[in-house]
Amino acid sequence: MQGAKPKNKSQITLSQMKEGSACTIADLHLEGLLRRRIMDLGFIPGTAVQCVRKGPTGDPIAYTVRGTTIALRKEDAAKINVFMA
Amino acid sequence: MSNTIIGHNLLSELKREAQKKRLAGENFFADKIVNDIFANAEDIVRKNVVRKDKQINWSQKADNVLTSKITGYPIMLLTLGVILWITISGANVPSAILADVLFRFQDVLTGIFMYLGAPDWLHGVLILGSYRSLAWVVSVMLPPMAIFFPLFTLLEDLGYLPRVSFNLDHIFKKARACGKQSLTMCMGFGCNAAGVISCRIIDSPRERLIAILTNNFVPCNGRFPILIAIGMIFGAGALASHLQSAAVAGIITGMILIGIAVTFIVSWALSRTLLKGETSSMVLELPPYRRPKILAVLYRSFIDRTIFVLRRAVLVALPAGAITWLVSNVYVGEMSILAHTANFLDPVALAIGLDGFILLAFILGLPANEIVFPILIMSYLSSGYMIELDSLADLQILLVSNGWTWLTALCTMLFCVLHWPCATTLLTALKETGSKKWSFLAFLIPTGMAFLVCFIVAQSARLLGLAP
Repeated sequence: MQGAKPKNKSQITLSQMKEGSACTIADLHLEGLLRRRIMDLGFIPGTAVQCVRKGPTGDPIAYTVRGTTIALRKEDAAKINVFMA
Repeated sequence: MSNTIIGHNLLSELKREAQKKRLAGENFFADKIVNDIFANAEDIVRKNVVRKDKQINWSQKADNVLTSKITGYPIMLLTLGVILWITISGANVPSAILADVLFRFQDVLTGIFMYLGAPDWLHGVLILGSYRSLAWVVSVMLPPMAIFFPLFTLLEDLGYLPRVSFNLDHIFKKARACGKQSLTMCMGFGCNAAGVISCRIIDSPRERLIAILTNNFVPCNGRFPILIAIGMIFGAGALASHLQSAAVAGIITGMILIGIAVTFIVSWALSRTLLKGETSSMVLELPPYRRPKILAVLYRSFIDRTIFVLRRAVLVALPAGAITWLVSNVYVGEMSILAHTANFLDPVALAIGLDGFILLAFILGLPANEIVFPILIMSYLSSGYMIELDSLADLQILLVSNGWTWLTALCTMLFCVLHWPCATTLLTALKETGSKKWSFLAFLIPTGMAFLVCFIVAQSARLLGLAP
């Protein structure tokens, strides 16, 4: 459960996405309330996600998922794996 | 599991069992539910919603500028400065007209009292006390509020405020606080009590407490007029009139930035002492920008905010004015009660760059910051300088003749930004935290900061020989 390392080459974490790139969510290594909240916002496996922009210092990072823009902190985004498109 | 003896608290046992199952399934059930809900929703959307492709994404384009590395911060600062500048330059004329009308009406009222042969003390309490402080509060408070609130509501309606949180989050993260705290600070500009209530948007209890305890470092609308008046007299008095508003806007922006800096410092310190802990997560939605509904904005900001805040100020100003007139006109020995108290406070007040009357006005202004300045003026007026006050020039003469220097002005502004919250804000903090200890800290921390900062500023200025 603790390993947020991508399993193979085509997988990276949400925080590693380049601005403007699009991916598909693979799995979430988050627990508890945060997992619930992030999933409720539409970050569920199989969903297309786009990295829209980074904050002035590269953190937080804004993603578009299902037509909504949500900003996450880098550490949290690093716990979500995505398939590269 | 099958041989577990089921006791009388069957339901709670079952619940615990279910919880255990759910957790053992590694989020399996919860995830399944969310998945199904979204699948269902997608299905409904596919069948019923037709999307138009042609829309250009204006929000993205605006965000490219408003949250960019280069332009993000300057635009935030500029927006704040411009709002303050519009407020200050726009409030001048209506303030003067209101003061003129209200003080002329005071003469009419005085005439009626004289005609009826009312005793002097009654005229003093009702007209020179209550009515005059009411007139001051209305003429000084109403115009800036009526301009500031709609402008700020407009920004809120546009969807700009979440972008401020987005830009500032990394600083809050360094202080181990939540980026959404900047939203609660924005609310605090209007009213700190509202700011404290808005802290409910912060999920982590620790970070919510930090936001509640520091909200007061953002000057509320009740404190702006004090800053504007003092900034006008001491900061811009020598400048040509068309430069004055800009200079005052600059001074007040500076004061606000000091307040924000103190917010970060205190948040940082709290996270490492009383409210120890790591930062938790932040999930922030950036909704698309939308065209503000002007009429709705005007209505909401005027009725909901301006009238509400003004009503509270008026309700406090009437009794406070009467009490201030009484204590400044009831003599014990050579001096009035007010002067005795101010004398008593003088040593402490002087050490932090104020004088006894100023400190007393802040103390008497605990019910509402709006009445601090009227109380101060009344106490100065009753101590011998009986001039008619109907312009800033008169106010300047009054303050200078009471020994104000640039240092007094600076320390009064700093004290105004940093000092204890008003009674309403404290009661709100009590309600929100449900703890007397934290509410007391909401009083103690700002008070300590105000004394500390003013003491350092006043003493260093005197040591360097910059001020008497």
